[in-house]
Amino acid sequence: MKSAVSREASTPLDTTDSLTPTLRRKRKKGVAGYAFVSGYFVLLILFGVLPAAYAIVLAFTASGGHFTGLTNFIKTGEDFRFLPAFENVGKYLLIWLGSLVVIVLGLALMLHSIARRVSAAFRFIFYLPGALAGAASVLVWLFMLDPTVSPWRLFLGVFGFKNLGQTILPGHLPLIFAIIAFWAGAGGWIVVTYGALNNIPNELIEAAQLDGAGAIQTALRIKLPLIKKWIVFMLILAFAAGTQLFVEPQLVGEASLGLISPTWSPNELAYYFAFQDNNFNYAAAISVDLLVIGLLCAAVLVFRTKLFEVE
Amino acid sequence: MRLFNRIWSRTFSYIILLAFTAFFVVPVIWLLFAPFKTDHNLVFENPFALGTLGNLFHAAHVMFTFEDYALLNWLKNSAIYSFGGIAIALICSIPAGYGLAHTQFIGRRTLLGVTLFVMIMPATALVLPLFLEANAVHAVGTPLAVILPFSFFPFGVYLAYIFYSSSVPKDLLAAARIDGCNEWDVFRRIALPLARPIIALVTFFAFVANWNNFFLPFVMLPNSSNYPLPIGLQDLLSATPAFNPGQGGQVPIYRPELAIATIVAMAPVMIVFLFAQRSLVSGLLAGATKE
Repeated sequence: MKSAVSREASTPLDTTDSLTPTLRRKRKKGVAGYAFVSGYFVLLILFGVLPAAYAIVLAFTASGGHFTGLTNFIKTGEDFRFLPAFENVGKYLLIWLGSLVVIVLGLALMLHSIARRVSAAFRFIFYLPGALAGAASVLVWLFMLDPTVSPWRLFLGVFGFKNLGQTILPGHLPLIFAIIAFWAGAGGWIVVTYGALNNIPNELIEAAQLDGAGAIQTALRIKLPLIKKWIVFMLILAFAAGTQLFVEPQLVGEASLGLISPTWSPNELAYYFAFQDNNFNYAAAISVDLLVIGLLCAAVLVFRTKLFEVE
Repeated sequence: MRLFNRIWSRTFSYIILLAFTAFFVVPVIWLLFAPFKTDHNLVFENPFALGTLGNLFHAAHVMFTFEDYALLNWLKNSAIYSFGGIAIALICSIPAGYGLAHTQFIGRRTLLGVTLFVMIMPATALVLPLFLEANAVHAVGTPLAVILPFSFFPFGVYLAYIFYSSSVPKDLLAAARIDGCNEWDVFRRIALPLARPIIALVTFFAFVANWNNFFLPFVMLPNSSNYPLPIGLQDLLSATPAFNPGQGGQVPIYRPELAIATIVAMAPVMIVFLFAQRSLVSGLLAGATKE
């Protein structure tokens, strides 16, 4: 494909051609444009559009392949594991997003008010655990939550936890997963928020201070409203990613002696339908549910916040 | 009074910041210290007591030789999947970003919009659909079932697009065309050499994402010999009696050994982080820093 294009494009510009030079150039550029995006376009179709389309087809058909309408969605929605899974993730999201708003913004504001070099050191330290995202972060926190070895054992003891089984009781999981997400992910958001705060013109802050605003008033009335769109950005991305929870309940479940349901999160439920029940249609239906949530989040960000410049 | 207030609020800030420093750092330090101790030490001694090198060598020997060097095999798999995905992602996303920024073709805006959408959507949402697709073409269990989906990296295309449209002036490219370059030459001789910073950035983000990815390889690769590190960690976790004395078989993998496996899993990303430190804390927000 590429060779054909470069052959076409490498023919010398011939002004005696019946086409005017500008028209010719435009057409050649058009062909070149396709060539430049072709590789990515193929990947987009094969690993973005096609799987989504296939999942939609499966979600609306039965295992025999005939159209069944919304049956799969209704059947999975009525499944006794469906609501608890979404409830679990909902509780987790509430804590995780709440901590993002309160703690991440608080820390970013504090960092923004101290000397730049000191704050750079803090930002790096806060960002560092991001290297342990995923399975590694869960393992680290299994150690942290195990009262027999944890460096926080005194703290865990205050709550009366004597062994790992007591710390990771099912009711504690939303909080635990929020702590893990915060530990591995908050640093990145602190850096982003700090960057946004840095973009506020100094004159604005100085003017507020001249008018007698203290540090807290400046933060709440000037800084936060000015970075509102980044806060929305952070919350939507964290929400979209949070609905996809999989590795955390999977690994903690592994360490829990079967106390924790293997269908704790919606993605785990979809996985369960696909691999335990061999019911790909049900699995596809839940995947489509989750895809729609992700799509809605993306739509809000793209159309409502104008964060992404496309031109 | 004013001064007093300021000192007070500053002290308060530092106390909070130091408390969170402890929250973020203590787990990492504990993890790095753990392999120097025996499982018994970990339980009965001060959590920050120093261990011995002898313990480290013992635990490392047990962990690395476990199941015929499984850990090293997982490490190798992780490297192959991550870098295979990055290589194809770079080959496709740099030209695509350039094409979207500096050429005209029908469907360009649509492609940009779709890219934006799939970039924002969490990649995990497509894992089961990708599995169903791979299953339909009997590709499950092959390394390509992980590498190819990794290579679809719309965020990289978006980064390249932003870079080319904001930092490479159209006039520069037009000048090259007037000097007789065809479209391919313009890209290869002008745009590509300029792309070095963006190649580094895309590589960084793709590497962190690929290396830590759990769900995709988890569904695509059922065989232990194909596992990347994160799935290997889960495998160890299910076999070890470390967290559940009753559970697991006879495997000699205890907490110090598990800590070593975790360190091996995170080390490459940590090293990349340390190298990228300066740009990370300042420029993570591409285009949003004050200049």
